[in-house]
Amino acid sequence: MEYLKAFIVGGLLCVIGQIILDTTKLTPAHILLIFLISGVVLGAIGWYEPLIKFGEAGATVPISGFGYTLSKGAIDGAKSNGVIGAFMGGLKSTAGGIAAAILFGYIMAIVSEPKTKS
Amino acid sequence: MEKMSNKEYQKYIEERIPKPTYAKNMIFAFIVGGSICVFGQIIGNILSRYGLDKEKVASGTSILLVLTGAFLTGIGVYDKIGKVGGAGAAIPITGFANSLVSPAMEFKREGFIFGVASKMFNIAGPVLVYGVGSSVVVGILYIVLAGGG
Repeated sequence: MEYLKAFIVGGLLCVIGQIILDTTKLTPAHILLIFLISGVVLGAIGWYEPLIKFGEAGATVPISGFGYTLSKGAIDGAKSNGVIGAFMGGLKSTAGGIAAAILFGYIMAIVSEPKTKS
Repeated sequence: MEKMSNKEYQKYIEERIPKPTYAKNMIFAFIVGGSICVFGQIIGNILSRYGLDKEKVASGTSILLVLTGAFLTGIGVYDKIGKVGGAGAAIPITGFANSLVSPAMEFKREGFIFGVASKMFNIAGPVLVYGVGSSVVVGILYIVLAGGG
């Protein structure tokens, strides 16, 4: 059941992105940023949490989940360590994914050759 | 060829841009995006079965998804998934990994500093700027609204 929920929530989020992509002149990079900021804002006002409770990975795997984790981290940091915590919290909570992206991204870019576009 | 005004040219171009096949794109975005999330759910469930706490499961899942995205981009598979899935491949965190590897690979001939390391952040850079930047704003707003830190 949780797999079905994850599939539906994640799938629907991507459909929203696809609709924006097809009906506007925005690029995938714009979509990525729109979802990210939406995640930060919805996370801050507490609207993203219910989506995660329901859809789990369906809500955390899309980049909006990354935005949610950033803002939740910043709020938790602010709660425990004040202003300094607000600066630290976002990166702290997403550090694993960011560090992995940098390391694995670098290694894969070094060892692989760009594929010729067909 | 007779001269066209800007407006006429706009119209001329717009008529000739192929219209996207909305329904098909949406279905594929749904299936591809949904499947990637199910994959994330499976990873998360396996990690929590090993007794990791919630925070470690979340971070571990991101790390493994990023690894998968980077690997599939390196071997040329993610671009194919992206061609079919559109936003369904771009929006999951695996697409974020793809956005790092893809330009870095492409610009390798420009060197390891200004080619690979710099081009990696073509899209990841803006993501970090707006993501981290806005998170700090959120944290500070929280302190202001909650009345004192």
